[in-house]
Amino acid sequence: MAKNKGYAVYLIPGVLASLLVIIVPLIMTVYVSFTKWTGVGSPRWVGLDNYTRLFGDTLFWQSFSNIILLIIAMAVIPTLLGLVLAAVLFDYVAKHFSDRWAGFFRSGYYLPQVIPVAVTGIVWAWILHPSYGALNRILEAVGLGGLAKNWLGDPDYALYSVMAVMIWFQLGYPIVMFMSGLQRIDPSIYEAADLDGASWWQRFRKITVHMIRPEFYVVLITTTIAALKIFGQVFVLTRGGPSNSTLVPSYFAYKNFFEKAQVGYGSAISTVLTVLIIVLAFVFLRLQHRAEELS
Amino acid sequence: MTVTATKAPARTPEGEAPKALRHRNPVRFFVLAGLLVLLLLLVGPLLVVAVNAVKSPAQYAGSGPLSLPTSLYWDGIVDFWNRVNFGQKLWNSFITSLVVAVLGVVLSILNAYALGIGRVKGRIWFLVFFLVANLLPQEVLVYPLYYISKEAGLYDNLIAIVIIFTVTQSAFGTYLLTSVYSEFPRELLDAASVDGAGKWLTLWRVVVPVSMPTLGVLFTFFFIWTWNEFFLPLIFLISNDNQTVPVALGVLQGDRMMDATTTSASALIGILPAMLFFLIFQRTLTRGIAAGAIK
Repeated sequence: MAKNKGYAVYLIPGVLASLLVIIVPLIMTVYVSFTKWTGVGSPRWVGLDNYTRLFGDTLFWQSFSNIILLIIAMAVIPTLLGLVLAAVLFDYVAKHFSDRWAGFFRSGYYLPQVIPVAVTGIVWAWILHPSYGALNRILEAVGLGGLAKNWLGDPDYALYSVMAVMIWFQLGYPIVMFMSGLQRIDPSIYEAADLDGASWWQRFRKITVHMIRPEFYVVLITTTIAALKIFGQVFVLTRGGPSNSTLVPSYFAYKNFFEKAQVGYGSAISTVLTVLIIVLAFVFLRLQHRAEELS
Repeated sequence: MTVTATKAPARTPEGEAPKALRHRNPVRFFVLAGLLVLLLLLVGPLLVVAVNAVKSPAQYAGSGPLSLPTSLYWDGIVDFWNRVNFGQKLWNSFITSLVVAVLGVVLSILNAYALGIGRVKGRIWFLVFFLVANLLPQEVLVYPLYYISKEAGLYDNLIAIVIIFTVTQSAFGTYLLTSVYSEFPRELLDAASVDGAGKWLTLWRVVVPVSMPTLGVLFTFFFIWTWNEFFLPLIFLISNDNQTVPVALGVLQGDRMMDATTTSASALIGILPAMLFFLIFQRTLTRGIAAGAIK
C-alpha cells in the first residue's frame, strides 16, 4: 500500500541502536567463543576447544544442575503456589471477606518483588548470617538452637537456602498475574457452578485453572528464563560458594570474563546459556500455541 | 481499581453477613490465618530489617534481633549514609533511571509507529528480533559492551549504562507497543491525514496522546527496572562516584566494617526508595503487569 510508505525512516534510530548494543556484541561473543582471548591483544582462533572443554568441565555441569533446582524454586513452586493463592484471594477472600482484604494480601505478597535484587540479597545474607543473623537467633530463642546452621556457608545447605530466598522473592509475581487474569472470567460461570453444587476445589480445577491458561504459560516461561539468568542474588548471597555449591551459569561466565580473564571460555558459557534460553522460549511458545488451538 | 469495579455487584447480596459469620465458620478462620502467616513470612524479613536498622549496636548485642528498639537510634543509618556518600548514589540511580525511562519510551514509540501503524515490510522479522533481544541474557552481550565502551572512553560512565539500558528495555517496549498500535483506530489516523498532518505530526499530536496510559506503564517499568539493575552497573560503574544504589550496597556486602546493625541500616535505605516508587506507581504497576500478560 502506498499509504504505508515513509514509515521505515522511524525504524532507523532503533535499528542503529540495536546494531550497536545488541547485534554487534552478540556476534562478537559468539566469535570470541571460538577463540582464546585474555581481553588484551587479539583473540587466537581455537575452533571448538572452548566447547569441548566446557562439556568436560564438572563446574559447568554443576552450574546447570544448580539451575534446575533454581528453576524449581523460581518457576515451578511460585507458579503452582501462586495459582492456588490467587484463586483463594480472588474467589474466596474477595467474596467472603472483601475486595479490600484481597487487595491488601496481594500488595503484601508482591512487596518482595519491588525491592532491588541486590538489596533482597543483603536482607537475606543478614538474616541467614551464622553468628549475628536473625534466623539462628530466633531458633535459639524458641529452644531450637540445635537447628541453627551456617545457612549460606555450609555446602550442604547453601543451595537450599538460596532456593528458599528465591521462592520468597518470586511468589508475588504469579499471584498478581493470575489475579489480573481471573478478572476476565465471567462471574456467572462461577455462579452456575455454585448452583450445580460444585465444591471450591472442583471449581478451582475445572474453571480457574482452565480459564487462566494464557497467564499460566506467560508466568511459567518468564520465571523459568529469569531463573536461567539469575545473577544478583547469587552474587550478594554466596558468590557461587561455598565450594561452588551455588554456582550458576551467569556467575560462572562472569568469573571467567572478569576474574580469570578467560574471555573465550566465558563467551562459550554465555553462548550455551543463550541458545538454551532461546530454544526453551520457542518450545514454550509452541506448546502454548498448541494448547490454544486445542481449546 | 478494576477489581472493585467488577467484583462489587457479585458481592452485594451477601452484604454485612460475612463479618457476623467470621467467628462461626472454622474454614474461614483457617484460610485467613493461613494467609496472614504467609504474609508475615513474606513481609517479616523486611520488618526485621527495619527494626534493627534503628537499634543501637549495644542493644542488639544485648537483646538480639527480635526485640523492639528501646529508643530510635539513627546513628547507624547516618554513619552509613555519610560513609558511602549515599546521596550521590541516589542521584546516580535516579538520573540514570529517569533518562533511560524517557529515552526508552521514545525509542519504543518510534519503532512501534513504524511496525504497528506503518506495518513496514518485514515487520514480522523485526518483531522476532525484538522478541529474541528480550530473551538474551546480559552475559552474552557484556564483554563486547565492556570492550567497546572502554575503546569509546565511556567505561565507568553513566552514559554507557544509559545507552545500553535504553536499547535493551526498548526491545520489550517495542514488542508491547507494537501490539497496541496494530489495533490503533484507523479513523483517527485518517482524520489527521485529511487535516493535512504529516506522519511526524500525526505521531506526536494523535498517536502519542491517545496511547498515553500504555506509555505511562512502559515508563514505570523502565524506571523501576533500571533502578533495580545490578549486573551491568556492577561491571561498568567501578568508581565510587558513579555507583548506583544496588551496586554500592551489593559490593559492600560481606565487608569487614559491616556489622549487624550497619548491614540492616544499609538494607533499609536500599528498601525505602523502592517502597516509595511502589506506592507512587502502584496503580500503574498492577495495571501494567496485566498488560504484560496480554503481550
